[in-house]
Amino acid sequence: MTGAGLGSDSFEGTVAAIRASVISGQRSARDVVDRSFARATAVRAGADGLNAILWSDVAVAHNEAAALESRLDGPEAGPLAGVPIAVKDNIATLGSPTTCGSRILAGYHSPFEATVMTRLRDAGAILVGKTNLDEFAMGSSTEFSAFGRTKHPLDPRLVPGGSSGGSAAVVAAGIAPVALGSETGGSVRQPAAFCGVVGVKPTYGRVSRFGLVAFASSLDQIGVFGRSVEDAATVLQAIAGRDPLDATSANVAVPDYAEQLATLDGLVIGKPREYFPEQLDPRIADLCARALDRCRDLGATVREVSLPHTELAIPVYYIVAPAEASSNLARFDGVRYGLRITGHGLRDMYEATRSSGFGPEVTRRILLGTYVLSAGYYDAYYAKAMRARQRIASDFDAVFGSGIDVLFTPTTPTTAFAAGSRADPYEMYLSDIFTVTANLAGIPALSLPIGRVDGLPVGGQLLAPHFHEARMLAIARLLEHSLGAEAHR
Amino acid sequence: MSVSLDEVRHIAALARLGISDEGAERAAEELSSILAHMQVLSRVDDESDARAAGDPDSGMTLRADVGPPIPLLRAPAFFAPAMRDGYFLVPRLATHEDTEQSP
Repeated sequence: MTGAGLGSDSFEGTVAAIRASVISGQRSARDVVDRSFARATAVRAGADGLNAILWSDVAVAHNEAAALESRLDGPEAGPLAGVPIAVKDNIATLGSPTTCGSRILAGYHSPFEATVMTRLRDAGAILVGKTNLDEFAMGSSTEFSAFGRTKHPLDPRLVPGGSSGGSAAVVAAGIAPVALGSETGGSVRQPAAFCGVVGVKPTYGRVSRFGLVAFASSLDQIGVFGRSVEDAATVLQAIAGRDPLDATSANVAVPDYAEQLATLDGLVIGKPREYFPEQLDPRIADLCARALDRCRDLGATVREVSLPHTELAIPVYYIVAPAEASSNLARFDGVRYGLRITGHGLRDMYEATRSSGFGPEVTRRILLGTYVLSAGYYDAYYAKAMRARQRIASDFDAVFGSGIDVLFTPTTPTTAFAAGSRADPYEMYLSDIFTVTANLAGIPALSLPIGRVDGLPVGGQLLAPHFHEARMLAIARLLEHSLGAEAHR
Repeated sequence: MSVSLDEVRHIAALARLGISDEGAERAAEELSSILAHMQVLSRVDDESDARAAGDPDSGMTLRADVGPPIPLLRAPAFFAPAMRDGYFLVPRLATHEDTEQSP
């Protein structure tokens, strides 16, 4: 291992501990910010190293820290007071660019801020960086950023996963204890698994998408990275809930995500056989078996179940998501946003701008999405995929309706792979094989570290019924505690 | 399913993407390869899922695509600060290179 790793000087303390130390005056918010930037320098988080961070400005962070000082006394001290956070660069922020990792939005500044950012600031969090991503969140390796690939913190030859690879790397490298990413098909859970951190994808509608640059609107959801389940839960608590600016955000009460379970007595964990195929790496299967044994030790019953339409998930996802992307990205045409390449007339300008501004994976998905929506192919692909999507969702409904509380699976079929090793697009798409189903069904899911194979992190995935994040997090917290240091070796 | 060069050029035009001959050939090959994996969807039974979301024949109310436009509850002028010759008059975008005065 030659990378930044998880050295002893990485950002110390949980979110709760950082907050407590800042509120008590043990250290200032400015000190915390400086600690984060020092760590970013030490691990070379910028373009000359990990390339995890596309934008950061210590002066801006100092100003935020100074503004926070007056709120530290009394009830105005939020649940994230003084906590440094990094945010994926497809989430709109004021005072910093929002590029989506794309040449077409290079240098773009949003005129408004995402609701999650407003809520994070209200909670006292301090933005320390905008993180690298696959262009417009389309990818599973963070190799498709227009600003260069992000490297894995443990080995720069490897990918950190994607598309939120920058956020995962920032948390894994100890630059910030928590970060935001976005999910369309696993873009938080998969890099969390690769980098050995916790990644949470909430129920569709649990967190406002206002200010999240749209990729596939029926699938997109903002998610959270943390070094622990508790840290991720604290951030989710701060950003969850109805937002009148997002019509798809749900008017469902947000429970207390800090709720603890003493045991797993009476809970039934489903083990879906389709997620444990014969060709699964036996070492990953063994780590999953160990995690399930721990759940049994904690009092849970483990029952094998079936989600029979799982084999349809990747084809369905790679029809539905590109179809929606082809529509959502039509707005980037040189007229309203960012890059403009002038040509002979309006149409020429559109084509020159989009061809020059979009990278290869985005172009591929726009073409694929346009194709499956075009006359003559709509019924054969898109309409059929929507029917299959309904079946995948029904599989989950049936399993959860049969007395299963949560499902446990591996998060990914492999550990982090070498950069450049997946030239075939479909082979890359298969990286998401265990994660896309939660997005298609709209259910919450998370990945937590359950061990290592050849020194590389392996993630275990929990999936729960709609809006059952609290129970999912409580189970994950117990499993995390039971595994202890074994989860990282 | 094999995607032809003409189809790639057609969808590229629909998507407002300029594409070179070399790019079209590569895209045809890649799309054909990806779509070959989608054939598993042919196993989905259409009839039993006829009410699935997005199916225009099953529950989503659509008007017939014939006849004159349906009168709007409010005329377009209701939504615009000003109109002229049937067009909305809106402030010119500051980024336009054209220096002509805004209406």
